[in-house]
Amino acid sequence: MSLTPGQAIASIAVMAVVTFLTRALPFLLFDRGESPPKLVLYLGRVLPPAIIAMLIVYCLRGVQFSAAAGWIPQFLAVAAVVILHVWKKNNLLSIFGGTILYMVLVQVVFAG
Amino acid sequence: MSRKVFSAAFPVTLPVLMGYLSIGIAFGLMLERIGYNFIWAFFMSLTIYAGSGQYLGVELLATGAVLADVALLTLLINFRHLVYGLSMLEKFRGMGWRKLYMMFSLTDETYALLSGVQAPVGVDPKRFYFCVALLDHSYWILGSVIGAVAGALLPLDITGIDFAMTALFVVIAVDQWKTYKHHLPALLGAGATLFFLVLAGPDQMLLPSLGAIVLGLLVLRERLDRPEEVRITDSDRKEGTV
Repeated sequence: MSLTPGQAIASIAVMAVVTFLTRALPFLLFDRGESPPKLVLYLGRVLPPAIIAMLIVYCLRGVQFSAAAGWIPQFLAVAAVVILHVWKKNNLLSIFGGTILYMVLVQVVFAG
Repeated sequence: MSRKVFSAAFPVTLPVLMGYLSIGIAFGLMLERIGYNFIWAFFMSLTIYAGSGQYLGVELLATGAVLADVALLTLLINFRHLVYGLSMLEKFRGMGWRKLYMMFSLTDETYALLSGVQAPVGVDPKRFYFCVALLDHSYWILGSVIGAVAGALLPLDITGIDFAMTALFVVIAVDQWKTYKHHLPALLGAGATLFFLVLAGPDQMLLPSLGAIVLGLLVLRERLDRPEEVRITDSDRKEGTV
C-alpha cells in the first residue's frame, strides 16, 4: 500500500462525497419545478459520450507500439468487446468476454 | 419492506444481480490485489457505490493519488450522473426520507431500471423504486466482498483483470454511439484526449483534455443543440396528477 490507512479512508470519503454530489446536484438545483438552464441541459446531453471516450483513451494510455505485446492484446480485446456488444447486446458477455480474452493474451500468449 | 413490494421488485433487478455480482467480484479482486481486504471492499461499496468510479478508485489508491486528483477524477467519471438526476426529478418527487437514498443510489444500472419499469398495479411506486434501489446496492456490496475474499483465498493470477474497466467504458460507448444522433462529442472526446496524451503525457493528460472537450462542445453548440430535446422528459406525469 502506498497510502496510510488514514489517507486511504480520506480518499474513499472524498470519492463517496463527490459521487453523491454528482447525483444529488440536479435535485438540489432544479427541484423547484422550474426548468434547468438550457446550457446545463445541453452540456448534460453532449458531455457523457465525450467523457466516456476520454476515459477509454485514458485507460489505454499504456499502449506502446514498440513491441507487439504493448498493443496487440489491448487492440484485440477492445475489438472483441465492440463486436460482442454490437452482436449480442449483453453487457456482461461483452465485458467478461473481452476481459478474459485480454487476461489470456497477457498471461499466456504474450507472456514474458 | 413488505413482501408484496419485494416480490414485485426482485424479478426486475435480476439482470442487475448478475451484472453487479460479476463486476463487483472483479472490483473486489483488484482491490485485494493492491493490498486492501474485504473490509475495505465492503465500505467502499457501501459508501461510494459507483461501478466505474470504484474501478478508478482502485487505481487512485494504488498510485497514492492526492485528494485533489481523487476529487477531480471522481467528478469527471461520475459527471454523467448529473444527467440521470435531471430525468428523475419528477419520479423521485414526494418520496420523503427515501429520496435521499434514491439520489445516493442512482447508478447507471438503477437509472436504467427505474427509467424503464413501472410498478405493478396495487404496489406503491415509491416503495417499489426504493426496493429496486436497495436490492441493487446490496448486490454490489455482496459482489465486491465475494471478490475480495476470493482474491485472498485463491491463488489466482488475475493479471489483466483491470481490463474490465476499459471493457465497461467501451460497452457504454457502444450503447451511446447507437443512441446518440451526433457522434461529434465522442470523437471530440477521443481526439482531444489523444492529443493531450501525446502533448502532456499520461500523468497530466486529463485536465487539459477535459478543458478542451468543454470548450469544443461550447463552440459546437450551434451545430449540436437540438431544441426539441431541451425539455426534460417526464414519463410518469400521470402519477403527479393524482
